[in-house]
Amino acid sequence: MTGLTSAASHGAHSDEQGSSSRHPGLNLHQHDPQAHDAAEELLFGFWIFLMSDLVIFSMLFATYGTMLNSLAGGPGPHQLFDLGSTAIETVVLLTSSLSFGMATLSMKYDASARKTGLWIFVTLLLGLVFLGFEIHDFSEMISKGGFPSRSGYLSSFFALVGTHGLHVTVGCIWLVVMLVQLRVFGLDSCVKTRILRLGLFWHFLDIIWVGIFSFVYLLGLAP
Amino acid sequence: MTSFLFGKLSYGAFPFYSLIATFAASIVVIGAIGVAGFITRIRGWPALWSKWLTSLDHKRIGIMYIVVSFVMLARAIVEAVLMRAQQVVGYRSSGFLPPEHFAQLFTTHGTIMIFFMAMPFLIGLYNFAMPLQIGARDVSYPLLNSISLAFTASGAALMMISLCLGKFSTGGWSGYPPYTELQFSPDVGVDYWIWALTLSSIGNTMTGINFAVTIYKKRAPGMYLFRMPLFSWTALCVSILMIFAMPPLTVATLMLALDRYADMHFFTNGQGGNMMNYINMFWLFGHPEVYILILPAFGVYSETIATFSSKTLYGYTSLVWASVSIAVLSFTVWVHHFFTMGQSGDINAVFGIATMLIAIPTGVKIYDWMLTMYRGRIRMSVPMLYASAFMILFAVGGGAGVLMANPGFDYQVHNTLFLVAHFHNMLIPGLLFGMLSGYHYWFPKAFGFRLHEKWGRAIFWLWSIGFVFAFMPLYALGMLGMPRRSQEYFEPVYLPYTIVAMIGALLITGALICMVIQLVVSVRERHATNVFVGDPWDGRTLEWSVSAPPPEYNFATLPKFDDRDAFYVDKCNGHAYHAPDTYEPITLPANSPLGPVTCMTMVATGFALTWHIWWLAVLGILVFAGGVIARSFNRHTEQTISADEVRDIETRWLKAVHETSPVPVEAEFSNLNRGRAAGALK
Repeated sequence: MTGLTSAASHGAHSDEQGSSSRHPGLNLHQHDPQAHDAAEELLFGFWIFLMSDLVIFSMLFATYGTMLNSLAGGPGPHQLFDLGSTAIETVVLLTSSLSFGMATLSMKYDASARKTGLWIFVTLLLGLVFLGFEIHDFSEMISKGGFPSRSGYLSSFFALVGTHGLHVTVGCIWLVVMLVQLRVFGLDSCVKTRILRLGLFWHFLDIIWVGIFSFVYLLGLAP
Repeated sequence: MTSFLFGKLSYGAFPFYSLIATFAASIVVIGAIGVAGFITRIRGWPALWSKWLTSLDHKRIGIMYIVVSFVMLARAIVEAVLMRAQQVVGYRSSGFLPPEHFAQLFTTHGTIMIFFMAMPFLIGLYNFAMPLQIGARDVSYPLLNSISLAFTASGAALMMISLCLGKFSTGGWSGYPPYTELQFSPDVGVDYWIWALTLSSIGNTMTGINFAVTIYKKRAPGMYLFRMPLFSWTALCVSILMIFAMPPLTVATLMLALDRYADMHFFTNGQGGNMMNYINMFWLFGHPEVYILILPAFGVYSETIATFSSKTLYGYTSLVWASVSIAVLSFTVWVHHFFTMGQSGDINAVFGIATMLIAIPTGVKIYDWMLTMYRGRIRMSVPMLYASAFMILFAVGGGAGVLMANPGFDYQVHNTLFLVAHFHNMLIPGLLFGMLSGYHYWFPKAFGFRLHEKWGRAIFWLWSIGFVFAFMPLYALGMLGMPRRSQEYFEPVYLPYTIVAMIGALLITGALICMVIQLVVSVRERHATNVFVGDPWDGRTLEWSVSAPPPEYNFATLPKFDDRDAFYVDKCNGHAYHAPDTYEPITLPANSPLGPVTCMTMVATGFALTWHIWWLAVLGILVFAGGVIARSFNRHTEQTISADEVRDIETRWLKAVHETSPVPVEAEFSNLNRGRAAGALK
């Protein structure tokens, strides 16, 4: 497999790009050539997966957009949203992207499983805090009569924000798995490429959240 | 307690409400027991497990996809015959099928033919042939490939279970709400449909990702994109379509599930629901899906026409660009599926024109294929017969499509049998003939012996004539205003046409029976038609350059390309069949049980969700997730084939090559054909 991968990449890519950058985002070249070789195909596939996932979110955003007025006499953004809480969520999630960035940097430059694990642990904590706030928000909304089955608008709200929350949950499980793998295997090439992919996933969720925060919360509360 | 354990499942779920349903369910059960018994008798379980179910070899996974497809094809054809028979006796009479049962039949027929016959068939062919064509040893993610198969197979299994327990949806293959909402369809039927579709759409999305990455990253040195065989080009187009078009279906079916399970209001009549959101999302998937189905057939025809004309494909570049344009345009026409559903005339006009545009690249293709045949050394092999019938019949169906692209005309014929005639006219000569000719074309490569030629011809004629009889009358019926999905009618003028269509359906049933006979006869005569050398049709592309069946590692050394039709050029120059200087050990993915585990957990989860057996649904998902996580700790995911072993396999094959006398292309249907073609030899 390895032989084939490198042969294919020689044929198709390294001619134009040199050996420096094999995929968008953080590359491992010079520090771990073996992992760098393996990363090309894995990371490229993961980008494509994210693109497909983005189609799911675009459908959810579009549905939400068409349902803004489908309140069916139920409560809307002004009655339900708590901008303070969502602002905290935003800060927490953006910070978690920063801490994940630190994790990948210490993986690349320090090659230290302990340091990498520490930053991943920080990311996990921030992810859990985010989820905690989100659950709190949801229960507040429900106690104000804003439950998913109340109206088309609320169905689409919970589908969009909930799908993002579900992704963050899966991301947290993945973070836990990577923490265990760091302990079991250390920073081997397989763990490294997985952390790179988890990084893409985590930053991707950040971008989606920026969309949700602006489009759902800020626009929803605009006078 | 019972309701906790079994959810909504009860004795009432058994299909004793009608004789036909009971009979159908017994066939499923007897068939399953029969297959299990047969495997036990030949002591096949260990081999089935280690050589097939857990295998990550793309060739074997491809073959398993096609097996699923054939089983589902048989069921869906029988359903079609029942519907045709009902319409013959349904004039001023309720016939033998009550309306609800009739509605189940057209729903399962459509759902199966699209998701569990066509999709597995084309994915199976791509899985088998595409990596060989581009000079790869496997797809990019072999385990994901096995898991994708598991998702598709679990959806198919759910379809079969629905025959034995409970009733299926009556909402048609497109499942439009609000009819499919709980308010109007309170039974589990729609839930079966939702989970079968959701499972298959997830599997197909992963397949799309896998194939696209394989084509971008795993091509052998020198295999530039514009040297790829057309079949692989269509694989790339199709995978991109899958990546973008499958998620809208997943979202639409899951939202419908939320409406039904959590009382939400995405598509309901009241409480702010909007069914048009469903219609738009469904066809955002549905139209690209049409091209997911048709492009693979275009790919097969491009291969077979060039091979059986002994000519390089005419207008290769235009064929590539035509495929790409079709793929892009397919995202711009979805509204033509619902011209009559209330948007303004201007919007309809835009989508109507976009729809007509698709006829242009398709026309380019037809001309390219004809010009490929022009002055070629044409052999009317079975794949060529299919290709010729396709070019004639597809032009007719395409003409009907251009007619219906005009919203004014569409208003006249929408929801009539005209539409049914049109899309069967596209999908049978287009998709199915393509798949069947691909099956005939690559079968010797997959199994090492040819399919029986005469039975192949009989099947072709039965399919083609059967198709004409079965569907041409439907154009007339549609023009006469007969609504699709009619279980009973009162217009005497319809009757003769339905009788002709019934004759067509019977001919197609004959084709199905002949396919079984052909397979049995071919297996029995496999020694006489053995083509171990691997090149029975004087092939042009790389898959023909290895033994039949190909070794597990596909290529002993990775091929290098400096031309299109690389293998043909090699044969002409006398460069084919050369042993490499040295052999090296080859690393391949090791077997993994995760695929079968996924299949079982997903069947359990889908079934449990359908019947509201919550503990089982949770258990299924947990076991699946646990399996994936456990696998991520496995570091022994590869196996190595030693250089000596590779040398032995290759030497044995090369010896056979040199001992086999080349056969001229004119004799390739006779038993002289042992897999070494003389056509290209100077």
